[in-house]
Formats: sequence, C-alpha cells, structure tokens
Amino acid sequence: MAGAVAKGDARGIAREVENADQRLWRWLTLAPALVMLLALSIVPLVGLVVTSFQNVAWVEGRAVRSWAGLDHYRALFSDALFGAGLWNTGLFALGAVTGQMLLGFALALLVSKVSRARVLYRTIFILPILIPGIVIGAIWKLMLNFDFGLANQILGLVGLGPVDWLGDGRIALLSVIMVDIWHWTPFCFLLFLAGLESLPQDVYEATKIDGANAWQELLYVTLPLMVPTIVVTFAFRLVLAFKVFDEVYLLTKGGPGTATEVISFTLYQRFFTEDKAGYGSAMSVTVIFLVCLLLVVALSARRRSEGRA
Amino acid sequence: MSGGSRASSGWPTHAALLVSAAIVLVPVIWTVAAGFRTQISLLMGEVSFSPVPFNFHEVLFSKTSEFLVNYRNSIIVGVASTLLCVASATLAAFSLNRTRWRRWVVQVFLAWTLIFHMIPPVALASAWFTMLRTVGLENSFSGLILAHATLNLPMAIWLMSVFIREVPKELEEAALMDGATTPVLLWNVVLPVIAPGLAATSVLTFVFSWNEFAVSLALTMKQTATVPVAIAKFAQEFEIQYTQMAASAGLAMLPALIVMLFAQRYIVKGLTQGAVK
Repeated sequence: MAGAVAKGDARGIAREVENADQRLWRWLTLAPALVMLLALSIVPLVGLVVTSFQNVAWVEGRAVRSWAGLDHYRALFSDALFGAGLWNTGLFALGAVTGQMLLGFALALLVSKVSRARVLYRTIFILPILIPGIVIGAIWKLMLNFDFGLANQILGLVGLGPVDWLGDGRIALLSVIMVDIWHWTPFCFLLFLAGLESLPQDVYEATKIDGANAWQELLYVTLPLMVPTIVVTFAFRLVLAFKVFDEVYLLTKGGPGTATEVISFTLYQRFFTEDKAGYGSAMSVTVIFLVCLLLVVALSARRRSEGRA
Repeated sequence: MSGGSRASSGWPTHAALLVSAAIVLVPVIWTVAAGFRTQISLLMGEVSFSPVPFNFHEVLFSKTSEFLVNYRNSIIVGVASTLLCVASATLAAFSLNRTRWRRWVVQVFLAWTLIFHMIPPVALASAWFTMLRTVGLENSFSGLILAHATLNLPMAIWLMSVFIREVPKELEEAALMDGATTPVLLWNVVLPVIAPGLAATSVLTFVFSWNEFAVSLALTMKQTATVPVAIAKFAQEFEIQYTQMAASAGLAMLPALIVMLFAQRYIVKGLTQGAVK
C-alpha cells in the first residue's frame, strides 16, 4: 500500500509540463506509422465497404459502378465456397496449431535436457521459420508427389502406399495441415524453449528433494509455470493460421473439389481470378468483421481468466 | 553442473532429437538435391544420380528466365521496406512509450495494429491495387515497398516497444535536464541502447518481406515480380518443370540459410521477445 502511494508521488513529480517542442515531437514521431496504417488500412477499408454495395463492371478499361444494395451480402449466405472456406480454415487452424503446440512443447522439453548440443539443435529447428512459405509449398509438392515423392518412396520401402497425398479429397486437408505443422512447430518450440529456460531453478531443486519423478515434475511444476507462455503462443499461432495462403496456393489450389479451400484463397479467387470486385469486397468486409469478433472474444476470455487469478 | 537433474539426458532423448532434426533437414536437402538432377532421373524415382548443374544454369542464365531480375527485385523491396518499417516503428514505439499521449490514444493505436495484423492481407490487397492504380504506381516498387513496410509494422512496433521500455528512464531524464531536444535524445541516448534490438527487428522484417507472397502476387507485374511470385509460376505451368522448381527453391532459401548461420541470435531474440512480452 505504502509502495503504491510512493510510486504515485514519484510519477506526480516526474510529470513536468510538456513544452511546445516536446509536443511537436510527440506528434512527429508517431506520424509516419500513423500515416502508413491509415493509408493502408482505414482508407482501403472504407473503399471495401463502399464497393461491397456496388456492382463493378469494366468497360473499355474503366470501372463502371452501379448500386447493388445488399445483394452481395445476401449471396454470401448461400455461397458454398465461402462456407467451405470458413469451415476448412477453422479445421486447418485448430488441427495445425494443436499439432504445433504439442510437438513444439515436446521438442522444447527434449532440447532443454541436453546441454552441449543445445545451440546446434536450435539452429537446425529454426530453419523452417525462415524459409518462404511458397518454397515450403514447392518442397512438399515434390516430397508428396504421387509418383516420385520421397514420402511415397519411404512408404514403399516398408511395403505401404502409395498415398495420393494432395489428390485425394479425404486426406488433402490433412496433408496441408502436416506441411503447416512442419513449417511452424519450430516457432512454438522456440517460444517454449525460451519459456523453459526462464523458469526458476530453485523450484526444481525443491521438487527433486521432495522425490518427485519426471512425470510429476512435468505435470505439477513445469506445466503450471508455463501456462502464460502456452496461452500467448496458442493465440499468436491461431491468428496467423487463419491467414494461410501460400502453401495452399502452391500445393492444392483449394482442391480437390473444395477439400482445401481456405478463406484467403476464396478471397483471392473472387478478386483476382474472377474479377468480382463488389462480391469480393462484401466477402472481405465479412471476414474482417469476423476477425474483429474473434479478437473481442479472445480478449474478453483473457480478461475473465485474469480476473479469476 | 548447470540445471541439475534437467541437464541429464539418456539415449532416448538424443534419438528423439536426431529423428526430429532429420525430419526438418531431409525435405530441404532432398529438394536441393532434386535441383541437381535431370527431370528424367527425378521422375523415374532413381535413388542414386550423378549431379548436373543444368537446372541452376537454366534458372539463372537462360534467355526465358528472369530469376536474376526477380532476385534483384526481392532485395530492393526487402531492403527498402525494412528501412521504412523499422524507422517508423522505432519512432512510433518511442512516441507511444516515452511521450505524454493519453492512455486511450496508445490503447486504440495498439488495438488497431493488432486487428491489422490479424486481417488476411488478401482481404485488403485488391483495395491496395485500386489505390495504387489511382495514383499511377501500380507497376512500380513503391507500392509493394509501402505494403510490405506496413504489413510488418505491427510486429516491429511491438518489438521496438519492448526494447525502448528497457532504456533506463534516468538516462533520458538526465539528457533532458541537460536541455537535449527530442532528436538529440533519440539519436544520442536511445539509439545506442536499442541498437541490438533494432538489429533483431531489422533481420526479422527483412526475412518476412523476402518471404511474403500473397500481396506480392497481387501488386507486382512481370518486371516487378519478386522471388516467391516467380517460384509460384513453376507450379502453374501445364507441364511442371520439377527440377527447375527445386533449383529455384534452393536459390530462394539462400537468405534463410545465411540468416540461420550468421544472425540466429537476432532471430531468436526477435521472435521470442515479440510474442512473450
């Protein structure tokens, strides 16, 4: 209590009057980032909202706009591709992120147990984070090729397969999820390793004296201490998983059928393949609205869990 | 004996780690090796082969290939967008953390960077293209540079905020007592302290710009296409040139390998600081 008062006093003393020069620089330093964000988010967002109520046709290289009212938004509800895109993106995000979290945690535990080769392993494991998504698509397009891919060659050695990894509608999404797990497990691993390395050592000494075995140590000491890192990593990865585009573009183009249709790819096709600016804008606005909704839910969930603690 | 019981490790630990390392490395090595094979050898699934430089030669120097141009484009966009992004992010982080903005201003600004970071870029890319065409920049680098810089801005601002908050307040107050103006304070006091953080953020921003595909695809044309856009083209052709795709994939990974070997410290610092704090 006394500490809080003293802190308040200190802040009061430090709060001198801001002079004109400092006020100017307060604005000037924020201005570049502010202008960039406004120009590339608020301005296009307004454009998208306006366009989403219009039909855009191209006549002799010029856009001719006419009002469409709520037509585009109504059409969204019966659009099977949009539905499939949202559903697959949800499945993809949950499947991929769960896999990455579990494997990343296991890897971090393993690496934290070795001392001499730790940096070597960390060096190897961060490689997939640094490779362009499109190159990862190319790597796995080759690896998972039905005829000559290494995956089927290895299966062939043990008398299994061949599996049509990307051409079979029942497993194509699973294949894309596996590629994403390969891509982003290292990121979870890195955050978990940093978390494990910053845990207080004395707790482990005490656990050892109490005679706990490795499982008890993991369940009752490590996991509870790691909860904040786990929550942050999960939220971070989930958000990014919703943006998946590169690998799908190269591996499956949303196919076969709608098996790997993810929302970014649906959007891309409306805008750039089919040139449906009005309809694509309505879809974009809806997706952005859903993203904001997700963020509000996530933030309120976090606030509630913090309130309980 | 650091770490006590935690540093003890038996052969199962090492076996599991070796298998994991193989799962990471084998696809990369196998793909680069495919770049040294003939299309026939790859399609026949031969296990052993004699390496030929043909694909790399074809990708780099053939009359129809523009890979060197794509490479140059990626470097231009990567360097310019990194400079723009990191400079604006550092200034913004200083402004948000060390000047007297009202709390709600800071909160609204940060909330907006978070939302912007969550939106799939494809949702905005077409609107960006329309904007660029309106001002006549649709076929120049400036549009893509601005787009990449802004896409990476949220992450760079969060990261630089972490590093700016680590600058001791006393240092700043002492400089202000001496009558330093804000630019002098930034240049002489803040910058030297945050230099390692600045390097970490820059390396990460460059890598993300180099890797970015969706927006590059939407905002570039033939002359301005970046490396990922060029690689995607291989997969689109009617008859895929698998071995050339592998060779160009190998070339596109070079910056990643360089960063992994020589700037790993910064990558680890950037990735962990940004998410955890």
